Amino acid sequence: MWQPSDVFELPLDSWVETAIKGWLVPNFREVFQAMQVPITTVLELLDMGLQAIPMAIFTIVLTLIAWAVASRGLAVFTLISLVVVDLIGVWTQTMTTLAMILTAVLFCAVVGVPLGIAAARSDRFANGIRPVLDIMQTIPPFVYLVPIVMLFGVGMTPGIIATIIFALPPIIRLTNLGIRSVPEDLIEAAYAFGSSPRQVLWEVQLPLALRTIMAGLNQTLMLALSMAVIAALIGAGGLGLTVYTGLGRLDVGAATEGGLGIVLLAMILDRITQALGSESERKTPGLLDTLRSLFRTRTPANSSASGQQSAS
Amino acid sequence: MTAKIVAENVSKVFGDDPEQALEMMKDGRTKDEILSETGMTVGVQDVNFSVEQGEIFVVMGLSGSGKSTLVRMLNRLIDASDGKIMVDGEDLLAANAEKLRQLRLEKLAMVFQHFALFPHKTVAENVEYGLKIAGVPQGKRRERALTALKQVGLDAWADRKPSALSGGMQQRVGLARGLAVNPEILLMDEPFSALDPLIRRDMQNELLELQREMKKTIVFITHDLDEALVLGDRIAIMKEGRFVQVGTAEEIVGNPADDYVAAFTQDVDRAKVFGLDSVMETPHALNLATDTVGAARDRLEELGRHALHVVDGGKLAGLVTHRALSDASIDANARLGDYVQTDIPTARPDTLLYKVYDQCTTGLPIAVVDESETLVGAVTPGAVFNTLAHEQEEPTDDGGADKTPQSMSA
Repeated sequence: MWQPSDVFELPLDSWVETAIKGWLVPNFREVFQAMQVPITTVLELLDMGLQAIPMAIFTIVLTLIAWAVASRGLAVFTLISLVVVDLIGVWTQTMTTLAMILTAVLFCAVVGVPLGIAAARSDRFANGIRPVLDIMQTIPPFVYLVPIVMLFGVGMTPGIIATIIFALPPIIRLTNLGIRSVPEDLIEAAYAFGSSPRQVLWEVQLPLALRTIMAGLNQTLMLALSMAVIAALIGAGGLGLTVYTGLGRLDVGAATEGGLGIVLLAMILDRITQALGSESERKTPGLLDTLRSLFRTRTPANSSASGQQSAS
Repeated sequence: MTAKIVAENVSKVFGDDPEQALEMMKDGRTKDEILSETGMTVGVQDVNFSVEQGEIFVVMGLSGSGKSTLVRMLNRLIDASDGKIMVDGEDLLAANAEKLRQLRLEKLAMVFQHFALFPHKTVAENVEYGLKIAGVPQGKRRERALTALKQVGLDAWADRKPSALSGGMQQRVGLARGLAVNPEILLMDEPFSALDPLIRRDMQNELLELQREMKKTIVFITHDLDEALVLGDRIAIMKEGRFVQVGTAEEIVGNPADDYVAAFTQDVDRAKVFGLDSVMETPHALNLATDTVGAARDRLEELGRHALHVVDGGKLAGLVTHRALSDASIDANARLGDYVQTDIPTARPDTLLYKVYDQCTTGLPIAVVDESETLVGAVTPGAVFNTLAHEQEEPTDDGGADKTPQSMSA
């Protein structure tokens, strides 16, 4: 049966080769190299900091944070999880992965929230950015690993850049959605009292969109964690590397340890950020209240009730 | 009295090419024709009005009549397509963004139908909003917010979130937010429509009470004619983007401009619209100092009355009845003084008819006196009830003022 490729084959592969290897890499490699400096700086600082904190102190602090923003149940879960992570011997890798994730999420937020705001304010921009976001979300990360390596080299930072590309869309989308779903009459009221567009944004739109933006941040965080192993392919370390090397050596045990670390970290971060997002809805006791309640015989009804919820 | 807001030939077309629709409007095409031919909606069509300083100007219309669009054009939440709007002598449509912001900050506050309180701010922060935007320092704006909250009786709720408040209380906060910036003009877009009837009545009374002290210029939008009649110094009836009639409550009810207005007003309780001044007649009073019993008898006979008021130097002194003078033994030359009844019904000219029902039961004419106790008119019970019965008959003659529709009397 005849088909068009019998006559002519579109040389898309060589075009892309030429465009990237022949034009983008030689001309812009310096630019891209410079771009990764802030990412590298933040990552190194975070990694250094997290590695320097003793395991016990980190565990206690994160447990208290979990208690303060979420519930006692999550605090217990956090405590047990972190102890397990240490017991299976992947604490250092976990801290590296955490530093990578936090760096990626930080840059996603720094880039994504303003883009989301811009998309909310201009339909044209929103329509323009939507297909880009669709591509970012659907294209398999393996496809852009190669050009990333060409432009940035191998190592932690290129891994984070791949993570950012993969994890960026939700925060842009949800920032846009959150701002757009602020009730029209509130915007009208704000303008009626003489607000400038900037004041409307800061006084009304962003505070009311905060919960949705936090949900976006949560999604971004989860996507970033799911990239941990893939980023290891181009030289990122941490738990991803443990899993990757385990895979290479058919070492099921090591891969499981790395995998368990990722899962536990993901669950802790997910629950904490979710609780942060819903905080404005449900009044939770602050950290100070929690500390005080530690010394009371009875915990507040509120925190024990939500503790049961997350335990069930 | 100066005009605070003047609107001339104001129109609003929603659509891609307002010019075209405006042309069609000028050619006398109807709203529906324009919609079906061009797909554009005419919101407001060639409206003219002015609102005086300290006046409550009510725009009343059903949903879709363009009243909400109209009020939003007064602070340019919606830009008018055509016409001219002057606020305090300033051309609103010519104002640039900065000037407009200034006008909104200083002169034009707004109260919304669904309250539009910011859910993430406390009650006090909501009330402070306009001041915060204007850059008033924290301590001072809190103080002013609390003053405004006190005016509406909610100062105890300052640090709660609006969601903790009932609908009526939320709208009080909305009102306080409007008052806190001390605006000259208050735009109220169906502020009480979302409240249940009892609360609505309370809020209306409260607004009138506040207005007595504040003397703001208020543009009040409503779809409820009763509310319009209670609140409005002047009322504009709006239909399909046009003003059908503008006038006082008495003019609207007493002399509806067309069937549309008449249909609205037919169920209105006229006793709550008409004041005594609309039914009173010239008093034909007797003079305490000069008139004798004989003269009084003659006057009663001549006018066919059974009672007449007596004045002393212009001021009301009392009333003499036919019965009191009918005793033949009374000397015709005797002074009236001894026969004057002083315990008689009196009322002010602006007293509404429903408030004198009790006084009508005495059967005596009601003396209408002004602040200085000067007798300005008399109202017979018959005249009161005739006015109330009037709605069953055909609308009045075209003679504008519906004053003293009954020269017929007892």
